[in-house]
Amino acid sequence: MIPQEIHDNIKTRFGDAVVEAKIDGVIDPWVKIAPDKIKEVALFLRDDEALAFDSLMCLSGIDYTGGKLGVVYHLHSIKWNHKITLKVDVTVENPHCVSVESVWKTANWHEREAFDMYGIIFDEHPDLRRILMPYDWEGHPLRKDYQVPEFYNGMKVPY
Amino acid sequence: METLEEKIDARPMTIPGFGRALRSEEMVINMGPQHPSTHGVLRLELIVDGEIVVDAIPHIGYLHRCFEKHAEHMTNYQQVIPYCDRMDYVAAMNAEFGYVVACEKLLNIKVPERVEYIRVIMAEFQRIASHLIAIGTYGMDIGAFTPFLFCMRDREAILDIFEQTCGARLLYNYMWIGGLSHDVPADFAEKVKRFCKMFRGTIKELNNLLSYNKIFVERTANVGVLPADVAINYGASGPVLRGSGVKFDLRKNDPYSVYDKLEFEIPTGKGLKGTTGDCWDRYMVRVDEMEQSVNIIEQAVDKLPPGDVQSAIPKRIRPDAGEVYVRTETPKGEIGYYVVADGTASPFRVKVRPPCFVNLAVLPAISRGAMISDVIAILGSVDIVLGEVDR
Repeated sequence: MIPQEIHDNIKTRFGDAVVEAKIDGVIDPWVKIAPDKIKEVALFLRDDEALAFDSLMCLSGIDYTGGKLGVVYHLHSIKWNHKITLKVDVTVENPHCVSVESVWKTANWHEREAFDMYGIIFDEHPDLRRILMPYDWEGHPLRKDYQVPEFYNGMKVPY
Repeated sequence: METLEEKIDARPMTIPGFGRALRSEEMVINMGPQHPSTHGVLRLELIVDGEIVVDAIPHIGYLHRCFEKHAEHMTNYQQVIPYCDRMDYVAAMNAEFGYVVACEKLLNIKVPERVEYIRVIMAEFQRIASHLIAIGTYGMDIGAFTPFLFCMRDREAILDIFEQTCGARLLYNYMWIGGLSHDVPADFAEKVKRFCKMFRGTIKELNNLLSYNKIFVERTANVGVLPADVAINYGASGPVLRGSGVKFDLRKNDPYSVYDKLEFEIPTGKGLKGTTGDCWDRYMVRVDEMEQSVNIIEQAVDKLPPGDVQSAIPKRIRPDAGEVYVRTETPKGEIGYYVVADGTASPFRVKVRPPCFVNLAVLPAISRGAMISDVIAILGSVDIVLGEVDR
């Protein structure tokens, strides 16, 4: 299925949940979804016979600067060999997004990483802990305005 | 008349009831952070009931260097390549391959055919070298020390070829955006062919020594079975996915570079010694893959066209604002680079989807219900490199 058809499928099924989309003129076509609807869209994409997105290739957090954060989902269907990219925008003040862990287990560790690095909170995630940084680390290192702390547990941080 | 139990309790130095109503509860055992057979700095928190694993919780991040933050702070795209090397340090060629393909797609560069063929040869050599480490150390985990020495001996021959080509043996910085750092030496084709001839014999030797060894099969067959649908849902890739019988390889299913012009097979697990998707299947996929890599190398060397390997390297790397997700097949599985450009000379965001990170997440699911000693066998069969898990 070509990206345009995938987009139309989501649009007819969910309507308002599709915030924005860009299919032509980009290398990877993407569809932007509202943060509270992402799980339903994901479930639909996985379980629909004609779409069958059975694998989540990658889930990335991103800081667009200016208080805007985002989550990017790269999906692929092993069955039909087609791809689509989903995006979700959240803000620094309200960094909440619904987890897709129950749809694809790949998301479990990737969402923990996005939480660790960007502070994006995935609601309904069963085990949202830091994954790469120490559990008592403060701040989210991949944010563009991140300042490296002077000390961590009495140890000097910048080397 | 006292019962047998009362008689036992009445013996001197005996705690009444001991042995019959043994206090039984789950226990937490820490494995690591430096367990000798964990292939790096990994800590496994095992919750065990007797010797049966109830749950395994991996704690990672001990090698975290924040590759992604480094990448954002580089002054240009080219400078990120050495950091890619240092993620999966036993398969550095494959890691850089993915990154340069992503950048070339972003810049819309067409790379000369000679460069593509040399890249494929190097990537396949690296695949063999990485699998040799995986197989050798796996044997060592299980208790077979000799195959490790055989594997290291053959890996040395590959590293010699790398050294003659680019001067480095482990971390190469060989693939550049649009080209290569060096052309291959004059007697390259001859050396490669000699290696391929020698290596086919080695695979037979390895099979006799380890693959069909009764003790090895007993330890790995029917252990850590990963069903195909679970593997796909967890996003497992590479030999872990193919070991479960799924015929999916990015070199065939989502071809990049010149893999579509070369002929090779995708080996999958068939459950020859036990159940499809067990440790032995994952192991055997690696052995079969090495043979296929030799096939690819031989074809690529014969087809190697003449030309300049640096003609397409751009003078100034400044891609237009945009983003790309590129995935390539490394020995461990699917490595993905999500590169976002904002029109400046340095990347705005580089996200890596490391295959080991995703494959390691399967570990708790497949070690539940296994014995403690089997956890080592399962972990070895997943083949992780902690440098890539933690980045």
